[in-house]
Amino acid sequence: MEVKVVRKVLDVNDTNAQRNRLRFAEKKVFVLNVMSSPGSGKTTLLQKTLAEIMPDIRTGVIVGDICTSNDADRLSAAGVPVVQVNTDEFGGDCHLAAHVIEKAAENFDLDALDLLIVENVGNLVCPAEFDIGENARAVVLSVTEGEDKPIKYPLMFRESDAAVLNKTDLLPYLDYDRDAAVDYIHQVHPGMPVFELSAKTGEGLAAWVDWIRGKVRGKG
Amino acid sequence: MHEMGIAMQVVEIAAASIPPEMAGSRVERVNLKVGKLAAVVPDSLRFCYDVVIRDTPLAGSVLHIQEIPVTAECGDCGHSWTADRPEFRCGACGSGNVRIVSGQELEIISIDIEDP
Repeated sequence: MEVKVVRKVLDVNDTNAQRNRLRFAEKKVFVLNVMSSPGSGKTTLLQKTLAEIMPDIRTGVIVGDICTSNDADRLSAAGVPVVQVNTDEFGGDCHLAAHVIEKAAENFDLDALDLLIVENVGNLVCPAEFDIGENARAVVLSVTEGEDKPIKYPLMFRESDAAVLNKTDLLPYLDYDRDAAVDYIHQVHPGMPVFELSAKTGEGLAAWVDWIRGKVRGKG
Repeated sequence: MHEMGIAMQVVEIAAASIPPEMAGSRVERVNLKVGKLAAVVPDSLRFCYDVVIRDTPLAGSVLHIQEIPVTAECGDCGHSWTADRPEFRCGACGSGNVRIVSGQELEIISIDIEDP
């Protein structure tokens, strides 16, 4: 006998994410989920970004890693409230799930924040599948990775609202076709803003920072 | 990569869907829909499923996965197509205003329970 079920497998996560979203909206906190593969320069990008937007945009950061607090240590050096989530406590997960964000957010005074940045676990596959209650998603790609990452990991690029192409200072030393990379991004997600920048030198950073400022200003 | 977690969710939902009056009957099959754009590998999911169902009401059942193709529709000219690669520009008018109609599913459709 066939018993009908018809339920999304990630139902529980989606419900938790929606609860997070309502809570963040009530506290007027804009949540940006930043995702990338390992080693794309997310933490350096965030360090440089925080230096630009603080203190006028009051920002907190949740850092997800499978192990270590190295990234959190680098970010808290900037005087930003940082909460480290090690997913090994939750089964060594390859992504941050909504209930993990809910718990981590309890460590912040949300009334004192305008922006909460979630540095997700370095992984281009799983985080794309898990709604955490964010308002926007950004994916960071670096020029030391293949140009075709966007079509290899289409869900991530499809589900993001902006892409950063990082480490452009290395372009003179690489056979990297940046136009091809941008074109692949736009194949998967036509019209998505792409910020080509070097977090290290700061070149191109302003447009990305402006995008964040605009998003935070426009929040409900 | 998170197939084990997905398998655990599948088992939890499926086990909770067994009608109380059928408790103890053998579950033969769990029917799942997985979109080709979902970040899930069917073979890995089946492998994890077989591990997770041990000592649960689903022990001995088979996970049946129906893979759903990616279909898209242009919001400007209405052209719709099945995407065999991740290109979401309209092939007819070139617009980027494209909606993904199917291919992101990750849903339990039904469970087959042995007739008493």
